[in-house]
Amino acid sequence: MDTFLIHLLNSLLYASVLFLIAGGLSLIYGVMRIVNLAHGNLYAVGAYTTAWAVGRVLGGAPTLVLYALLPVGAVAAAALGAVLEPTLLRPLYKRAEEYQLLITFGLLLVLEDRIRVVWGPYPLAASALFEGPGSFAIGESIYPTYNLAVITVGGLAAAGLWAFVYKTKFGVILRATSQNMRMASALGVNVNRVYVQAFTLGCFMAGLGGAIIVPQQGAVLGMGVDALILAFVVVVIGGLGSLEGALLGALMVGVVREFGIAFFPEIELAVLYFMAAVVLLIRPAGLFGRT
Amino acid sequence: MSPIPVPPKRVLLYTAPIIVLLFVLPFVVPPYEVTQLSYGLIFAIAALGFNLLLGYTGLLSFGHSAYFGMGAYGVAFMVKYLKITSMEALIVGGIVAATAVAALFGFLCVRYTRIFFSILALALSQVLWSLAFKFFWVTGGTDGLRVPTPSLLGVGMAPGQDKMAFLAHRYYYYVLVIFLVGVAVMWVIVHSPFGKALQAIRDNETRAEFVGVQVRRYRYMAFLVSGVYTGLAGALWVPLNGLTTPDILHWTFSGEIVFFTVLGGFQTFAGPIVGAVVFNYLKTFAVGYTVYWQMFLGGVLVVLVLALPGGIVGTAGRLVDRFRKAA
Repeated sequence: MDTFLIHLLNSLLYASVLFLIAGGLSLIYGVMRIVNLAHGNLYAVGAYTTAWAVGRVLGGAPTLVLYALLPVGAVAAAALGAVLEPTLLRPLYKRAEEYQLLITFGLLLVLEDRIRVVWGPYPLAASALFEGPGSFAIGESIYPTYNLAVITVGGLAAAGLWAFVYKTKFGVILRATSQNMRMASALGVNVNRVYVQAFTLGCFMAGLGGAIIVPQQGAVLGMGVDALILAFVVVVIGGLGSLEGALLGALMVGVVREFGIAFFPEIELAVLYFMAAVVLLIRPAGLFGRT
Repeated sequence: MSPIPVPPKRVLLYTAPIIVLLFVLPFVVPPYEVTQLSYGLIFAIAALGFNLLLGYTGLLSFGHSAYFGMGAYGVAFMVKYLKITSMEALIVGGIVAATAVAALFGFLCVRYTRIFFSILALALSQVLWSLAFKFFWVTGGTDGLRVPTPSLLGVGMAPGQDKMAFLAHRYYYYVLVIFLVGVAVMWVIVHSPFGKALQAIRDNETRAEFVGVQVRRYRYMAFLVSGVYTGLAGALWVPLNGLTTPDILHWTFSGEIVFFTVLGGFQTFAGPIVGAVVFNYLKTFAVGYTVYWQMFLGGVLVVLVLALPGGIVGTAGRLVDRFRKAA
């Protein structure tokens, strides 16, 4: 029972981070109809920035200050997104989808090395934050308290995003643009601005995902590409462009992944993709997708 | 039965000198350059297959590493477990392995188009990568599998012969002949009624369906042919490289195949060929010159997409046209 509970908490931990990444990817697709292959790199930027910031001020700073540094990674990713959308993506909206995929693939290659240039080839850690809160007992075993914080942030992000998209005026504009960009534009919505905002918000979420997980896992080269693939599985299962789908998909992938690693490690990834393929065959647009 | 299409005289006139040059090259340039060109030609075979989907059918696959990798691993398994040394048998085995996977993956993928097709192809190819990566007692894991030089047409490497000389001479000609046959066959395919039907699907799916093209079936057939070409390339690549690792199954390698094709220009027949050869040199140069070669290549791709969507061949064609008009 205790082991089961621990597996369950770990599943939620994975799901929280995955939702932040896949939710951003899905949001961007829902509004702009662009699949950003470089999205995983923005998650990596978030992780690296936070680890770097924590490392800079570590010398004797009170722990509370260090926790205040967590969002730095999210802000950095958002800032990067706010620059990238108008410069690289905007010229391509009128062109075929293939070009949009290609340019984000080029961006992926550039960012992958950019991270290596800035932070070097060695992993960065921010484990002080992870060790700070200590751990608590679950039956015979102990469990790190920090993981609970990550799960909380994931849950809050999901709730906050839902409220943002469905309860604010900006959310209405966002959904209107997503449903019919031309109509929204005709009604006076500044589509270019909505696009920048949506892209920035998506990048912010990815960066936040990286920032909150870096104390636990550290930042390594290639983490972005790995995360992107899992995020794809999530959005394929949940439906590209749907936030509810991203949440459900993240939970499913989180659970399967955690129990897969525990019980059938060799085929853990294969099972995930198999799941995605089955969903696609039964419901081509994903569980929550619009056809 | 319609007659097999024959290239116009003009095309043959342009290509003849290039073919002669390709045959003379090993006598002129050093062995290292020849093996580089072999890599380029092999990638060109993969790119030709890939472009049947992208350029002619309008489907962008981000998962072609699967078929290249299956060709390569098919060969490696036959060498390791069946002790086969005949290259012809290995090629057949590699193609069968790649086609089997393409038949399965294609069945799922052709139900989708546009971005969904790309993502599904990518996700499925990653399954193979993860299997190659995790089942290390079968696949060697990240160490990969070594493949010694095979015998070509029943003749093995002479005892004491330099491997480099073998690869740069006999193996090069072996690859070159297969490459030329592959190009000729692909030319026939894209100019056949089948190829025309694919282009009709690309340009307007609904209309193609209305004039009686069975869209999904044609897409599936194009997917299979594409898998055969890419698998063939993978099979030819292994002996040259001497080693196959999960890297060639990873989706970033699929990205490289996409890159070749866009670099050369996917709206033309020759584009992928030129793109693959040029890309191979570009990458070799970049990797030797800087550790940040990905940034260099990514930058090239961004510039290509933004400024030169026609690629090398498309842009050259436009320049020639403009020059002609001016003259």
